[in-house]
Amino acid sequence: MTTRLSKGGRLIDRTRPVKFQFNGQYYKGFAGDTLASALLANGHTTVGRSFKYHRPRGIVASGAEEPNALMGLGTGNRFEPNARATVVELQDGTYAESQNHWPSLAFDVGVLNDSLSKFFPAGFYYKTFMYPRAAWKHVFEPVIRAAAGLGKAPTKADPDTYEYYYAYTDVLVIGAGLAGLTAARQAADAGLRVLILEQSPHVGGRLNTEEADVEGAPGADWARAEAAALAAMPNVTLRTRTMGAGVYDHGYILANERLDGPVRERLWRIRAKQVVTATGAIERPLAFAGNDRPGVMLASAVRDYVALYGVSPGDRTVVVTNNDDAYRTAIALKRAGLDVPAILDARPAATGPLPRMARELGIRVELGKGIAKVVGGKTLKSVEICAHAGEGAVLEVIPCECVAMSGGWSPIVHLWSHCGGKLTWDEDLIAFRPDLERAPTGDRGQGFVLPAGAANGYFSATQIVEDAVAMGQRAVREAGGSPASGTAPTVTEDVTEEAPAMPVWMMPERASYKLRSKAFLDFQNDVKVSDVQLAAQEGYESVEHTKRYTTLGMATDQGKLSNINGLAILADSLGAAIPDVGTTTFRPPYTPVTIGTLAGEARGALFKPLRKTAIDGWHEAQGATFEPVADWRRPFAYPKNGESVHAAVNREVLTAREKVSLLDASTLGKILVKGPDAGKFLNLMYTNPMAGLKPGRCRYGLMLNENGFLWDDGVVARLDEDTFLVHTTTGNSDRVHAWFEEWLQTEWWDMQVYTANVTEQYAQVAVVGPKARELLQAMGTDMDLSNDALPFMGWADGTIGGIKARVYRISFSGELSYEVAIPAGQGLAFWEAAMEAGAPMGVAPYGTEALHVLRAEKGFIIVGDESDGTVTPHDLGLSWAVSQKKEDFIGKRALERADLTREGRKQLVGLETVEPSVVLPDGAHAVEHDRMIGHVTSTYFSPTLGRSIAMALIEGGLSRTGDMLEFPISDDKTIRAKIVSPVFYDPEGARQNV
Amino acid sequence: MGRYSAFAIAKQAFSHHKGWDRAWPSPEPKPEYDVVIVGAGGHGLATAYYLAKNHGVRKVAVIEKGWLGGGNTGRNTTIIRSNYLQPSSMAIFEKARSLYEDLSQEFNYNIMFSPRGVLMLAQTEHELRAWKRTYHANRIAGIESEMVTPRQIKEIVPIINLSGPRYPVLGGLWQPRGGTARHDAVAWGYARGAAEMGVDIIQQCEVTGVDRDAEGVTGVQTTKGAIRTKKLCIVVAGNSGVMAERAGFRLPVESVALQALVSEPIKPAMDCVVMANTVHGYMSQSDKGEMVIGGGADGFNNYTQRGSFHHIEETLRALVETFPMISRLKMLRQWGGVVDMTGDRSPIIGTTPVPGVFINCGWGTGGFKAIPGSGWATAEMVAKGTPGDLAAPFSLDRFTEGRMIDESVAAAVAH
Repeated sequence: MTTRLSKGGRLIDRTRPVKFQFNGQYYKGFAGDTLASALLANGHTTVGRSFKYHRPRGIVASGAEEPNALMGLGTGNRFEPNARATVVELQDGTYAESQNHWPSLAFDVGVLNDSLSKFFPAGFYYKTFMYPRAAWKHVFEPVIRAAAGLGKAPTKADPDTYEYYYAYTDVLVIGAGLAGLTAARQAADAGLRVLILEQSPHVGGRLNTEEADVEGAPGADWARAEAAALAAMPNVTLRTRTMGAGVYDHGYILANERLDGPVRERLWRIRAKQVVTATGAIERPLAFAGNDRPGVMLASAVRDYVALYGVSPGDRTVVVTNNDDAYRTAIALKRAGLDVPAILDARPAATGPLPRMARELGIRVELGKGIAKVVGGKTLKSVEICAHAGEGAVLEVIPCECVAMSGGWSPIVHLWSHCGGKLTWDEDLIAFRPDLERAPTGDRGQGFVLPAGAANGYFSATQIVEDAVAMGQRAVREAGGSPASGTAPTVTEDVTEEAPAMPVWMMPERASYKLRSKAFLDFQNDVKVSDVQLAAQEGYESVEHTKRYTTLGMATDQGKLSNINGLAILADSLGAAIPDVGTTTFRPPYTPVTIGTLAGEARGALFKPLRKTAIDGWHEAQGATFEPVADWRRPFAYPKNGESVHAAVNREVLTAREKVSLLDASTLGKILVKGPDAGKFLNLMYTNPMAGLKPGRCRYGLMLNENGFLWDDGVVARLDEDTFLVHTTTGNSDRVHAWFEEWLQTEWWDMQVYTANVTEQYAQVAVVGPKARELLQAMGTDMDLSNDALPFMGWADGTIGGIKARVYRISFSGELSYEVAIPAGQGLAFWEAAMEAGAPMGVAPYGTEALHVLRAEKGFIIVGDESDGTVTPHDLGLSWAVSQKKEDFIGKRALERADLTREGRKQLVGLETVEPSVVLPDGAHAVEHDRMIGHVTSTYFSPTLGRSIAMALIEGGLSRTGDMLEFPISDDKTIRAKIVSPVFYDPEGARQNV
Repeated sequence: MGRYSAFAIAKQAFSHHKGWDRAWPSPEPKPEYDVVIVGAGGHGLATAYYLAKNHGVRKVAVIEKGWLGGGNTGRNTTIIRSNYLQPSSMAIFEKARSLYEDLSQEFNYNIMFSPRGVLMLAQTEHELRAWKRTYHANRIAGIESEMVTPRQIKEIVPIINLSGPRYPVLGGLWQPRGGTARHDAVAWGYARGAAEMGVDIIQQCEVTGVDRDAEGVTGVQTTKGAIRTKKLCIVVAGNSGVMAERAGFRLPVESVALQALVSEPIKPAMDCVVMANTVHGYMSQSDKGEMVIGGGADGFNNYTQRGSFHHIEETLRALVETFPMISRLKMLRQWGGVVDMTGDRSPIIGTTPVPGVFINCGWGTGGFKAIPGSGWATAEMVAKGTPGDLAAPFSLDRFTEGRMIDESVAAAVAH
C-alpha cells in the first residue's frame, strides 16, 4: 500500500499540515503536496475509472501527462470536472471526487463493460446498433452517452473572474528547468527582454528529483538561486504556474497562468521574436498485460513521489525497463529503505554504471526479461515475469505492490509542432525530435521556435546545458541581439554514461492475443495493443484513421503517454518504419485550458458592451422597453401607465401623425467623407449621383455590393465643396466605414479622400409631426425653419434652445420632420428641452416599433427587411435612385446581368388582407399553383388607417396590382390578401413638404 | 467484405477478431476509368457511391492525395440540418438530411446519425423575423420545422441562459429531425459502400496534372502514374482553386480557415445542437461527451489547416454567456479546416469550361450536412453529362448571370 515515508520530500512542508476531502472522507496532507501525492500518501491507489471499460485506475504519472487521476474538484458553482490530480496543488479544504463510476469508486456497475471487453474492440459501435433504425436515437445512443463522458457536467454559472495579459518580448523561454534557465541566462545577459514561463509551481524541473550538481550546488538549489537571480534582472520576467499553451502564426503564443486570488486564471497573449521550448521530455509506459492496473506507474513518477513528496509507492516495487534511466528509480527506492524485488530489463545486457550501482545495492537484475501479466485488481498483488523475446510463458511470480515501468523518453515537441514545426525520427533515442531544418516560420519565413535540452532530444545534464547555451545564443542572434560570454554552468551528474535503450513496443515481443488485449496504450480511452492491430488489419492504415477508429490519443491527455507507443504498434502491424507512418497533428493547447480563461473579462456587462446614446438614461427612466440593434439598444416603445406595448405603439404612431413626436435617432451611422475627390468617390459608392449634390442639400442614397444587391441606404448631406456627411443604417455604420476604406485602400488609392466615423460625436433627434416646426421655434432658435428657407431635403446650421445644431429636413415617416444633430454631450439637454417646449403641443417620444409602422404606412423600405442580399433597387421600385448617367458605380455592371434583368423577379408590393383586422404573420409565403411566389417582408396593424398593412416581395408583383394572393400560414389556415401600392398613406407626399 | 452486426462481433470475439476483413480494399490504379473523381472526402466518395448505385457507373476511381476523409469531412462540427431559406438550398440540404436518416442501414455501417434536433436562436427582433420567414418557407417546402418560444427553448436546452444580459433569447427555429452524425464514419461508410460496388479508392495518390485534347479531358497524371478518363470530377474542398487551375480554368472561390474546438468530455448536459448567430457561436455535445464548438472563419485567405486564436476567443465569450456552465470546462483541442467561400456562400455543382470536367466545391462552412445530397446530385450530373434539378441552380455560370443563392439573411454566421 502507498504511504507517507517518515522523511524526505523536497517540495512538502511537514510543519504545515493540510486537511482535504476525497469522496466525502477527510484526509491529511502537507503544504506542497499535489492532490495525487496526498492521495498516495493516504493509501489511495485506485482513484478513478476508465472511459470505456470502467476499469479501476490509479495514478500513473507525476505531472501534466497524467491520464487517469482526473477528479471533480470543488463544489457548487466552483465545481470543476476533469482536474488532473497530479497538478492540483493541495490546499486546506480541497474537495475532490473521483469520476465516471456508479454507484461508487469501489463498486462500479460499468465494470461490466470490462468483463465483456472482448465484444467491445476498437470501433465496435460502427458495426452494430443499426437496427431498428429508431433504436439508435432512442435506445443505444442514450445509453452510450450516459456511459461516456467523464466528469459530471457543471450546472451553475461560474462566479470567478478571469483576465488577459498582453506581453511583448524578445525571447520567450517555456520551461524553467535546467535547459530553460540556462537558455534564458544567455538572453538575459545579452540584455534582451526575456519572459520565462514554468507550468509547475517550482523551477528546476527534473533537477528537483535527479542527482546532479550544478555550479557545485545540488541542482534544485542552483535552480532556485538562478531563477531568483534572473527574475531580479530588470529585463527578465519569470512566472511559475504558467503553462505555455499554444504557438500560433507569426510568433503569437498563448499561456495560461493559474492564480490564487480574486482572479482565478490569467491568459497571457504573447508576441515573441523567438521562442525557446525547454519543455523537457515525457517518459513512455511499456505495453504489457495489465499495465493499467492501479499500482503500475512510470518509473520517473515513482522516484518523483519519493523524492519530492516523501511518498512510498508501496513496500515492494518491481522495476521494468528497456533503458538505464529506470535503474535510478530502483536505487532511489532502495535508498529510501524500500524493497525492490527485481529489475526486469528487456535488454540482453546491462553493464553501465547505473545497473552496476543497482547491483551493488543488492538489487536483483533480470536481463532479457519482462512482465507477462500484472495480477491485481484495485491494488496490485504480483507480476508474472517472462522472457521478453517469448510469448509470455510465466517463469516466476513476484509479489509486489508497485510496478515502475519505463519505455524510454520522448521529447515534448507539442509547442514546436503547433505552428508547423516538423519532426525527425531518431533511431538512437527511439523518439521523434524537432527537425531544426524545418522550424515553424514567421512572417518573413524565418524560424521562430528553438527547442532546447530534453525537448531537443538531449537527456544528460551535460548535454542539456551545452544545447541550452547554444539555443539560447541562437535565440539572441535571431532576435537581433548579440550573445554575451556564453559560458555554460558546470554540471556534475551521478553517472556520465547510459547505455542505449532498446525498442520495446509490446512486452513480451510475441505476446498472445490474450495478453495484447490487456496491454493498454491509451489508458484513459482504453485503447489496447490489440485495438491498434485491429485497426491496421481493417485498413485504417493512416495514423489519423487509426487514431479516429480506435480513439487512441484523443483523451484529455491528448496521447502524451500513448502516441509513440501506438504509432510503433501501428508501424509494426503495417510492416512499415515508424517515421513513414508519421505522427498525428499536435493541436493546441498543450494541456486543456479553462474556457472561462479563454473568454477573459468579456462576460456579463463586458460581453459585447452595450452602446448607449446620450439620451439612453432618459428612455430608461421613462420605462421604455428596449431592443438590441447591432451593438446599441434602442427604445422599442414607451408604454405608459400599464398600457400594453401594442397600445403604446399605436399611440406613438398617432401622436407623430397628429401632433409632434421625438425619436432618438443617434444610433444612425455618420461618416464624414472629405477631400477633393469626395464627390467622385461617393459617386462610385452610391447608385445616386452624389458629386452633383449642392452644399446645403441632402440626398437619399442606395449602396450596392459588387453583385448589384442593396445592402445599405441613408441620407447623404453635402457640407461643403470637399465634405460630405454620410448617414448609414444603425447596423451597418462600422461596415460602411470599413467598406469605404477597403475601396480607398485597395482600388482607388489614388483618390484624395479621407473618411472618419463620427457616429458617436453627435446625438440626433428626429422631431416629427405637423407641429414639428412649431416645437423647434418654441425652443428658441436663430434659424429660419420655414419651408422656403429650409425646404425638404435641405439642411442648415444654427442654434436651437441655446445649443449648436445642424438641422436636416428629412423624413422617414412622411410627416413634416427635422432631424437635429447636436454634440453628443448636449444630446440629453436638447431632448429634455424639446420635451418641455413640446409639452403644450402634446409631444411624446416614439420607439423603433412606431418608427417601423410609420415608415411602412409610407412604403419606405428597411434594409434587411425588404432587402435580404438578393434584392436590387429595381426590385424595390427604387429605380429612380439608380443613376442611368453615371459612368460607373459599385454594382452597376452587376445590375445588367441576365438574372437581374429577367422578367418575373420578385418585386415590392403592398398587401391588404381581405379581413382588415387580420395581420399577416412575419415571413408568410404566398403560394400559387403549389409554388412559393414570394413572401411578406413587413407586416403591421396601421393605427393611422385602422387596418392591417403589409409589404411583400412577389414574383412579377408590379404588374399584378389588384390580384388576390393566398398565404397558407399553417396546415389548415390560409390568409388572403390583395396586391396594392406599397404606399398606403399620403401617396402624394404632401405631408412632409409643408 | 463481411457483414457487420452484433452477431458478427460476438462470433469474432471468440476468434480474437482475426476474421475481420479490410473495411475497404486498397487497390492500385487501373490505366483507365469511366469516371475519375479527385478527392476522397465525403462529397467525392458520395459521388462515387451514387454513380455506382443510382446510375450503374462502376468503373470509377476516387483519387486522394492524403487519407480519405482527412479534409473537412473529418474536421467539421458534424451538424446536419436543412432549414434553409432559398428553395434550391432547401431542396439539396433536405435531400441530404433525408438520405442521412437511412445511411447506417444502407451501408451496414453505423454512421450514428442522431436526429436530436437543431435549434437556431433568435436574439434580436430582426433575427426573429428572419427565422419566421424561414419557418414559413420550410413548412411549405415540406421540411419539418417550428418556431419555439423561450420557455420551450429552456425545456429543450436546460443549460441555456435565456435572459442575456446582452442578447435575450426571443425565440428560436427548431428543426426536430436535424442533428449530428459521426463525421469519420460517414466517409468510411461511403468508402465501404462504394468499394463494395466496385469503385477503386486510391489513397496517397496526388493528381499532378490534367490531360486534355481539343475535345476535352482525356485523363490525369498522378503520383501513381497516368490514368485515362473522359470524365473528371473535382471534389477537393479547400484546394479547389488549385485543382481547377491544373484543369485549366478559374473558380470564383476563396480559401479560408474555419475554426473549431472541443472541450474535455463530460456527462450528458445537452442533447441538441444550438446555433446562436447573433453572438456568433454554436455548440453540441458529442456522444463521447465533448462540447463541440464551431467558431468563425479567419479573415484572411490561406491553405493551412491550423487553429488560430482570434475567433476562438470571440466564440467562447459568446458561448459562456449563452451557456454559463461551460466556463469551468476546459478546451481540449482546437483546429482549423480550409473551406471554399463563394460570392454568395452557396456551393458550386456544375460543368466547367473544360468539356468532361465537373466541379463540386464552394460549400463554405456548411458542407458536411450536404454530403449525401451533394453526392446524389453530382453523380446524376456526371452520369448524364448535365445537371439535374437538384444541381442545376448551383451551376458555375450563376455568377456571370447574377443568379445568386444567398442564404445570408438566414444565417449571419455560418450555414
